[in-house]
This record gives sequence, C-alpha cells and structure tokens, in this order.
Amino acid sequence: MDTSLAGRTGKPFTMTVEAGKIREFARATKSQNPAYDGGPQGQPVSPATFLMSAQFWQSGENSPLSGVDLNWERILHGEQEFVFHGAPPRAGDVLTGQARIDKVFEKAGKRGGTMIFTEQVTEFRDPSGRLVAELRSTMIETSKATTED
Amino acid sequence: MTTTDLTVGATREPFVDKPLTITDFVRYQGASGDMNPIHHDSSFAAKAGYPTPFAVGMLQAGVLGTFATDWLGAENVRSFKVQFREQAWPGDVLTYSGTITAVREQDGERLVDIELACTRQTGGTHLRGWATFVAPN
Repeated sequence: MDTSLAGRTGKPFTMTVEAGKIREFARATKSQNPAYDGGPQGQPVSPATFLMSAQFWQSGENSPLSGVDLNWERILHGEQEFVFHGAPPRAGDVLTGQARIDKVFEKAGKRGGTMIFTEQVTEFRDPSGRLVAELRSTMIETSKATTED
Repeated sequence: MTTTDLTVGATREPFVDKPLTITDFVRYQGASGDMNPIHHDSSFAAKAGYPTPFAVGMLQAGVLGTFATDWLGAENVRSFKVQFREQAWPGDVLTYSGTITAVREQDGERLVDIELACTRQTGGTHLRGWATFVAPN
C-alpha cells in the first residue's frame, strides 16, 4: 500500500436488498429481532452490518484495489464503520455501490517499523442518487508479519 | 418496544453467548459471502501458522450490532463502528456489553451515542464498538 492508491475507484455495482438474505444474515448474527423478518409491512430493514454482504454482488473490477499487487499476509482489518443517512436499507431497495480509496497514511508502529493505514469507503445510493449508506473499512499493513496483540 | 432508559451511563444486560464454533463461522461466511478458508479449513489454517481456524471478526461485529439494535431499535441505527483487537477462537465464550455515553440533539433529532465491547473469557478485548441511534420513542 502507498499513498498513490488514494483516489482510486472501483467500477460501480448494483445490488437488490433481499428479504431472504436479510433473514439469513440476521440469523447468522444471532438475532431474533422481528424487524428483520418483515414486520407488519413485510419489508424488513437490514441489520447494522448487512452491507458487508454487498461483496456477493461484486466482482474483482468493483474493487479499487483491483490489479494492485498487495501482501495480504501483512494486512489486517483494523476497523469497520457503517453510516446510515436515515433508516438502514430495506428489502426491495435497489442500491448502487461504488468503492474508493479515501486515504492512505503512515503511523509509527508501537514495536518499531511503520504501519500503513488505508481507508476504503463504499457509498450506496438509491436510484434518485441519494446517499443512503457508507461503509468505511480501515486496513492496516504492518512492516513485518502480523502477530496477535 | 418497552420503555428504554436513555440516560448517560445506562447499560443493557450483557449478552453472554454460547461457546463459539466453526459452524458459527461457516454460517456467517455463507450469509456474508466472505469465504476465506482461514476461518473454517483446519489444514489451510495450519499451513498459515495458526493452531486452528480463527473467528471471523465481522461475525462478532454483527452480533454486537444485534446486541445494540435489540436495545435501541433496528430502524434507529445511524452509525455503527467496530475496532478489531485480539483475535477470537473456537470455544471462546464472548460477552457483549454496552453503555450510553451521550444523549444529544442534532438537526432536530434526539440522538443516543453508545460504547460497546465484546470481551473474551480471558478478559481480553476482541472488539470495541461505537454506535449512534435516533432515540427510540
């Protein structure tokens, strides 16, 4: 990873939020909340971390790191954030997502060496273009093989 | 929804989960589409230098999201963030907990900020979390 990657974008992708996928995801994350089963309107809202499943709707070219040679053994998933501009997406919503590398910066590691932080943002918009949700993934590349804290 | 105490310092009773299993990981991986074999293939994990497959961080992040949305409402969540700390392993007994840290007004909405944690039976922290909800009615 290096700072030249900032600003790279992936090709946009379209996903339909599906009721069955919401239910499967809710069960896998140990939820019994009836909100994820549809409720009275039969249009369940999606769980807080559901948009991680957007990778189902993606191929390699949707990644802003497509074609970049990376040493994944030295890259950790440091943080993951979800922001919703209103209630989370519901079953039936059709979203267009696009990922970009937002920031790349270095910090000194606690045990010497440097750590490179890369923040990738995926924006999800509805058919009118309104920003509905954002995912922000922080990846950390260490200068030596990763070990546990 | 029953009345929820929305004062700073209020907590929800922690959720102590059953011991983690590789089946939990596989079920989450199927639901999310992240099929990295490091979380379910013993020989793959061994070749990479790990004693066993280890937990999918996003599974526990999702359970922490469940803990928070069961508390303050699935439709009310406006942001949710986790930081990954030490790894979790099959057999771990994880405790999910949370505390209200602020109740504030912004753009005509009443918002509730919470801090969250997922801790291992060793006392080690697997995840730290932060979330903001629109206050439930």
